[in-house]
Amino acid sequence: MAEGAHELEAVIGLEIHVQLATRTKMFCGCALSFGDEPNVHTCPVCLAHPGVLPVPNEQAILYALQIGLALGCEIAPHSIFHRKNYFYPDSPKAYQISQFDIPIASNGRLGEVRIHRAHLEEDAAKMIHVGGSGRIHGSGASLVDFNRGGTPLVEIVTEPDLRSAAEAAQWARLLRETVRQLGVSDVNMEEGSLRVDANVSVRPAGSDTLGTKTELKNMNSFRFLQRGVEAELERQRELIGAGGTVTQETLHFDPVSGSLTSLRSKEESHDYRYFPEPDLVPLAPTERMLREAREALPELPAARIERYEGDLGLSRDIAMTLATDPEKATFFEETLAAGDAGAVPVANWVTGELAAALRQAEENDVKPQVTIASLAALIELVQAKKISHGSGKTVLAALVAEGGDPAAIVEREGLAQIADSGELEAIVAAAVTANPEAAEQIKAGNPKAIGAIVGAVMKETKGRADGGEVNRLIKEQLGG
Amino acid sequence: MAGLLDLTVAAATAKIASGEVSAAEYFEAWRAAAAGDDLNAYLWQVEDPSNYEVEEGPLSGIPVAVKDIFCTEGAPTTAGSRILEGYRPPYTATAVRRLDAAGARVLGKTNMDEFAMGSSNENSAYGPVLNPWDRGRVPGGSSGGSAAVVAGGLAPCAIGTDTGGSIRQPASLCGIVGLKPTYGSISRYGMIAFASSLDQCGPLTRDVTDAALLLAALQGRDPCDSTSVGIEGGIVAPSREDLKGLRFGVPAELSGDDFDAGVRANFEATLARIESLGGEIAEVTLPSAEHGISAYYVLAPAEASSNLARYDGVRYGMRSESSGDLLEMYENTRAEGFGPEVKRRIMLGTYALSSGYYDAYYGQAQKVRTRIAEDFNEAFAAVDFVVTPTSPSVAFGLGEKTDDPLSMYLNDFFTVPMSLAGIPAISIPSGLAEPEGGGPELPVGFQIAAPAFAEQKLLEAAYALERGIGFEARPEGVDG
Repeated sequence: MAEGAHELEAVIGLEIHVQLATRTKMFCGCALSFGDEPNVHTCPVCLAHPGVLPVPNEQAILYALQIGLALGCEIAPHSIFHRKNYFYPDSPKAYQISQFDIPIASNGRLGEVRIHRAHLEEDAAKMIHVGGSGRIHGSGASLVDFNRGGTPLVEIVTEPDLRSAAEAAQWARLLRETVRQLGVSDVNMEEGSLRVDANVSVRPAGSDTLGTKTELKNMNSFRFLQRGVEAELERQRELIGAGGTVTQETLHFDPVSGSLTSLRSKEESHDYRYFPEPDLVPLAPTERMLREAREALPELPAARIERYEGDLGLSRDIAMTLATDPEKATFFEETLAAGDAGAVPVANWVTGELAAALRQAEENDVKPQVTIASLAALIELVQAKKISHGSGKTVLAALVAEGGDPAAIVEREGLAQIADSGELEAIVAAAVTANPEAAEQIKAGNPKAIGAIVGAVMKETKGRADGGEVNRLIKEQLGG
Repeated sequence: MAGLLDLTVAAATAKIASGEVSAAEYFEAWRAAAAGDDLNAYLWQVEDPSNYEVEEGPLSGIPVAVKDIFCTEGAPTTAGSRILEGYRPPYTATAVRRLDAAGARVLGKTNMDEFAMGSSNENSAYGPVLNPWDRGRVPGGSSGGSAAVVAGGLAPCAIGTDTGGSIRQPASLCGIVGLKPTYGSISRYGMIAFASSLDQCGPLTRDVTDAALLLAALQGRDPCDSTSVGIEGGIVAPSREDLKGLRFGVPAELSGDDFDAGVRANFEATLARIESLGGEIAEVTLPSAEHGISAYYVLAPAEASSNLARYDGVRYGMRSESSGDLLEMYENTRAEGFGPEVKRRIMLGTYALSSGYYDAYYGQAQKVRTRIAEDFNEAFAAVDFVVTPTSPSVAFGLGEKTDDPLSMYLNDFFTVPMSLAGIPAISIPSGLAEPEGGGPELPVGFQIAAPAFAEQKLLEAAYALERGIGFEARPEGVDG
């Protein structure tokens, strides 16, 4: 690779198609389906019989408004449907009804990435090419399944704000989680209810002009998205490094071979002859619809992450873990409210020990009995050093298995922390004496050796000693 | 049974309601008359119905001839095109269903210019319709079949569609009443689209009262058509006897060069008749109307190029026998299935919507359309109606204009501006005139246009004028 090629900065934008989980199709009353027998969910409208007219699905409009609002977009008071004209058997009208110059939502932001627009449209039918490669060229016959044709879609287009393949994949995950939590789509990439295309270009680092982009299609997982974008960035950097130029084209990424093949060049691109759809009136959401959409919005991942990090002081990792799992986040917040322990220990318990204990219970097919109040009480006992952290885990296991009051379990199991410092001092002294090698190593400046002595103390006290206090006493006794 | 066929629809419903005539007897009389079609006006006629049970309603027992552009479940529907030969729709148009709900019954499907593109009915793939007044002449178009059956005593009433004059012009050339209601007053669902933003269903009848009767049944909002709104307050039978206090505006832009001397003389006589009935004649200006034809022949073909793209041989209708690959199937099917005028307009429309030409053609034509609507608004601030001849000439000879599309397009000169403005307009027979070049006298139509949704007022004025004119002429051999 030529010198300097690595200084080319990646510029990535994403186009995401979200199939809406409405009951019926975008412009007719046919039920949505996945995996049903072909061509059972069809009617004159979605088969484009002569004389039919589209009627917009109100639920789809509401969902699109929710997506627009969740992405912080401005909602257009009057958005317009256009016809995008092209001949292909997956498009029975020979045009797709889509929004063109005035989309329902625009100018938003999710995380660090600006949203250019989000618009409503209808999905195409599904083509199955029989024989040959599975693509139309060289196939013996092509079959069309109109079940999918007319499924409501929201297409989300970002600004080119992403700077690496990993960043693109991570942001796409945040977007999927956001849409999932809205409850407006199944967001299943394998089934195609979430489809991600990437616009990829490179430019000299620091430049603010955009390089020639290529469009990558068919990446049906986040892993493939990342690998596809990586492969394309590599290709563009090598090309430019070798003195070549990138040509605008649409590429197909084959995740098996990792190869990119050209679907069509700019010259071959269609003239879609867009014009306003005369069968529909402008889409003007009423105040009531906007209010309903706003009220239906849950707290979304990006906002939760910000609140957990900023207001509650959680680490970014734990904030993200909670934000992408609304059930866990709710449990966290309720536990926090039920006791006096701080947000950080409660978050650590909920995402760490509790999550592990619940996993264990699931594996053992046990219905967890732990309640919010008992967990809050347990965390308080640990925080107040009434029991050690290790004993806390023992109590949690008991709570999950049989429920009950943490204090009573501590009493019953004799788990109360050794409160008498004289008693603990004596146990520590005995442990130091019993482990002379470790003691020597600690004195020689190897802090890791302390583990052996702590372990001995814990064994002797059956975990009832406070780990921090034990550490302090060992260092004190060894003059550290 | 000639007596039964002499009755207007209004008179027949009264006799059927009183039991003087049975619905079966009346229907059979018309079925026998229709079977004698020697005008090539019907493409399909209903077979002997197994029972004569009809819905109770304002049109109980009335047979209606339906332009072959309306989908009728199970009955052939071709839109006058080879490409839909053998097509039987799986559903029925709302307009036909509404007639059915009012007690009417389909008598047959009438011939028409292919996809409603034409002003002479010579563009039908199933041969031209002959004018009952002179079989060497055209009946007008595109609803030529519907006009000819009513004028020729083959149906008591009919429905058609009007995009730029397709109801009014054939009504004028055949000496009957034709009404194009306000855009949005009658559902377009199931009406095969030519130019969606202009197409409107309407009645073709013997007199104004019958037109009102049909409109009353046809109009109304339809949930299947987002652009339909219906006429507030509905429609009742007109009863006005004079024109006192009403102002009729004659466009200053009308010049004697635009139309035949016989038509001009008749128009002036009709203006005098209006004054004798107490109406007032005033001059109005419609400065943009002269660009109506140009704008119309951009907009209508543009929409048509998209509306007709679905006829691809994939799902229904004709498919070319010589189909190799997909592209060949598309090309051959459309090359064999469409006639020359349809192809001409698809080419025009595709060009007008193409990238780089859109603003110059489609965009500009939309501006003209807006201006024309504003012109009418300003005119209606000063007058109640705008009046013109319906057509620049009486019925012309078969083949006379087929080689000159532009002169054919100019037939719509007086009717297109109202279509572009979306306002209602009616053509009533106002007398007979000798054609240019001599020959027996033929019917002349008088057009009255009103503000949007002012159908009731329009029908009242037309009714009073109709009585004042007292047009009683019928083609030779037709009673009534």
